[in-house]
Amino acid sequence: MIISILKDAIYLKYGDFVLEKSEISLVKEVIIKQSKFLEFMQLVKDDKDLKFDILLDHTAVDYINENVFHLVYHLYSSIYNHQVIILVEVPRDKPVISTLCSIWRIAEWQEREVFDLFGILYNNHPDLRRIFLEDDWVGFPLRKNYKDNFMLEK
Amino acid sequence: MINYSVDNFANLVDNSNNSTVIEVAFYILSIFITCLIFISLFVMVVVYIERKVAAAFQCRVGPNRVGWKGILQSVADLLKLLTKEKITPLYSDKFLHFISPMLCISASFMTLLIVPFSPHIQIINIDMGILYWSAISSLGILGILLAGWSSYNKWSLISAVRAASQLISYELSIILSILTMIIFTNTLNIQKIVLSQLNGCWIWRGHVVTLIAFIIFFIASIAELNKIPFDLPEGESELGAGFHTEYSGMQFAFFFLAEYVNLFITSTIIVILFLGGWLPWHISGFSIFNELMDSIPPIMWLLLKVSMIIFIIMWIRWTLPRLRIDHLILLEWKFLLPTSLANMVLASFLVLNNLYFYV
Amino acid sequence: MTIQLKTLNEILHNLDEKKHWGTKEYFINMGPQHPSSHGVLRFVLKLEGEIIKEIIPILGYIHRGIEKIGESVSYRNFVHLTDRCDYFSSIINNWAVSRTIEQALNMETNDRIETIRTIFAEIQRIQSHTMWWGVFGMDLGAFTPFFYGFRDREFLTSIVEETCGSRLTMNYIQPGGVLYDIKSNFIKRIKQYIKYLRPRIEEYERLISDNVIVQKRTENIGILTKEKALSFGSTGPVLRASGVPLDLRKNDSYGVYDKVKFSVVIGTKGDSWDRYWIRIEEMRQSLNIIEQLVDNIPAGKHMVTKYTTKIKLPVGYYQSSIETARGILGIFVASNGMENPYRIHMRSPNYNNLWSITDMAVGLKISDLVTIVSTLDLIIPDVDR
Repeated sequence: MIISILKDAIYLKYGDFVLEKSEISLVKEVIIKQSKFLEFMQLVKDDKDLKFDILLDHTAVDYINENVFHLVYHLYSSIYNHQVIILVEVPRDKPVISTLCSIWRIAEWQEREVFDLFGILYNNHPDLRRIFLEDDWVGFPLRKNYKDNFMLEK
Repeated sequence: MINYSVDNFANLVDNSNNSTVIEVAFYILSIFITCLIFISLFVMVVVYIERKVAAAFQCRVGPNRVGWKGILQSVADLLKLLTKEKITPLYSDKFLHFISPMLCISASFMTLLIVPFSPHIQIINIDMGILYWSAISSLGILGILLAGWSSYNKWSLISAVRAASQLISYELSIILSILTMIIFTNTLNIQKIVLSQLNGCWIWRGHVVTLIAFIIFFIASIAELNKIPFDLPEGESELGAGFHTEYSGMQFAFFFLAEYVNLFITSTIIVILFLGGWLPWHISGFSIFNELMDSIPPIMWLLLKVSMIIFIIMWIRWTLPRLRIDHLILLEWKFLLPTSLANMVLASFLVLNNLYFYV
Repeated sequence: MTIQLKTLNEILHNLDEKKHWGTKEYFINMGPQHPSSHGVLRFVLKLEGEIIKEIIPILGYIHRGIEKIGESVSYRNFVHLTDRCDYFSSIINNWAVSRTIEQALNMETNDRIETIRTIFAEIQRIQSHTMWWGVFGMDLGAFTPFFYGFRDREFLTSIVEETCGSRLTMNYIQPGGVLYDIKSNFIKRIKQYIKYLRPRIEEYERLISDNVIVQKRTENIGILTKEKALSFGSTGPVLRASGVPLDLRKNDSYGVYDKVKFSVVIGTKGDSWDRYWIRIEEMRQSLNIIEQLVDNIPAGKHMVTKYTTKIKLPVGYYQSSIETARGILGIFVASNGMENPYRIHMRSPNYNNLWSITDMAVGLKISDLVTIVSTLDLIIPDVDR
């Protein structure tokens, strides 16, 4: 489906999950409220018109000036060949969100990577530990206020 | 037909036990030095040949820098191995770690005693030559097992246990194939086995039965030699170097030498049992041809036939992938062993009813 | 709050867990140094005899922080960094970033550029698959295919080097075009190569695919069912072997893929044998694509914008994906209007393919683990970025 039709379909069905509607129609993201996040993801996976069966990607963006993290989930449907990006905002001083391991198994590793690099914690995650860095590393490198001795500043 | 008379190379030890201690010591020392010289020359040549043959199969050149066309490459490798530091793991069992390469190489050395290079060149001709070979070559398994156990290394242990199960299983097929041939030849004495093929080699005299025995012996001997497709103990893609990971320098050279001497000895046994040993190639009726063939010394015939078998083993080594451990064991216990048992029964049936050629 | 943070040591030496171990189980480390050349991948295996009970992959030995570096370099320079991730087919990685930037800026490229990009992407796919085939043979114990695979890759490398200037990290596809125009005897050499490779693939099939040892070692080993493959986020040949017809070259066409005829190869069972022969078939399909395109490269410029113009994306999020030889590579950019990206993320295909091994290899032997890792076709620098 063309992205604008897809987004309208999501707004229509799940309007009360959506936090704000994006004005620019080129981008394919939909912003969801944090509290109803897990429910929304489960619905969107099983919905017969949407059928997002692959969680292609999960990452985060650190907006230090606005004190939020934007969590990004990229969903793809292998049946209908459409894709959407779901955004969730979490506050920067308490970055907790529920895990998606029960819906897509790959979320376990993708969330480990985001935890390792950003420090975002996931509720009910079976095995939350660092994946790239050593277990006793201090700090979260991809945050904007991360400093350590090896970095060269411009 | 030339009358071959078989006599011993050194008649110092005769049956009457009258030789002095010095004569016996001299005898043993001469054997020892012969073995050393033979092994060092032979293994260097075979290692070079193997690398060139492998390179030919892989569309590349192989060693060509050290010496003329790379001939001195093995000498360089030997010097390197001799001068390497000997490293022993800290918590390994020191005595076993020290002794296991020696077990392997002494097992290989001792089997050289009965190899008949020609009717006149053989160190000892005992009446149970073939039995002696199969018994002594099993000592090498002990060396491999101890090597894997005594290096303080789980991967070496896995490889040693795999080696033990593989080598012990394939011993059975080897012994049964040998027994099948003994049913035909009626003797365990190696020179007499060769002489029994004056009218033709056993591989076509015994038609079906000896052909099957040949194939089974060939496959089982590749397994005994730890060559691909049976080289799980030394599985390079999985385990690094298997049971000889923790050995360096001269100890690794011992394992390496033992492998190549085993290669030679096993090929020699194949040639002796099936292909006629040192006997020349005769075509009945063509007396001129036969005389020409007779003028080539018998040791050249043996080496020619052995080189053929070694080339085929190397060919198989560089073509096929390796078998998984359970496929390997299954192959032996479910295919080779019943086949060789049935083959033995068929052989006795053939011999009792004189159904083979040139009785 | 039910968040429990653990360390690897705690998992390995958990005393409570040890009470439930059998007497025959032991841990072994399949360390970062491997005889098989996948890269620095470490597994901790819990074995009982030869049977694997649990696999714990440990990553990070080649984590270079590419995404963090990306925040301090310009968009054009980031294309260099993508080369270093999946280095056996680096031109395809460059295309992912270029496609994202071109979609964000609404940049139109001409047909010549797209045709050249498609041809080079298929060349890289063949290079990657021939090398994979050689390494697969070596992992299984046959050392000869390694040399044949490398030799076939080498012919293409010299063709590519003539145009792109380098042999491994090409940095060729840029936002706005390709870096250099193709040289005059490129077409002739490619046609010679196509004629050379077609009978070779048949020969390789006779050597490895028809070999009963290989068939017994790959059939029904490492079965990944369709539901599990989708849930584990696998893409590329791994997913297609399980029966899902997902190929971004057909589903989300870019380049000139919609103008050429080729088939998407799909397997049935999802075992190692399916993953093996799919890649052999894909090589043939890539040869078909190149053959259809190489005679009709349209004329035009090879670069639509000047190489030195600065790229600035408007504020917002941008995302696009490419089908590499191993799976879907996605680039996600968060821009705040400056020259450097505010956040740039690479969705690596190998990272997501690797996770399924913890489920596939349980209950199999160590030799099977080597086979499965080989058929998953992993490049570890792409896993770690």
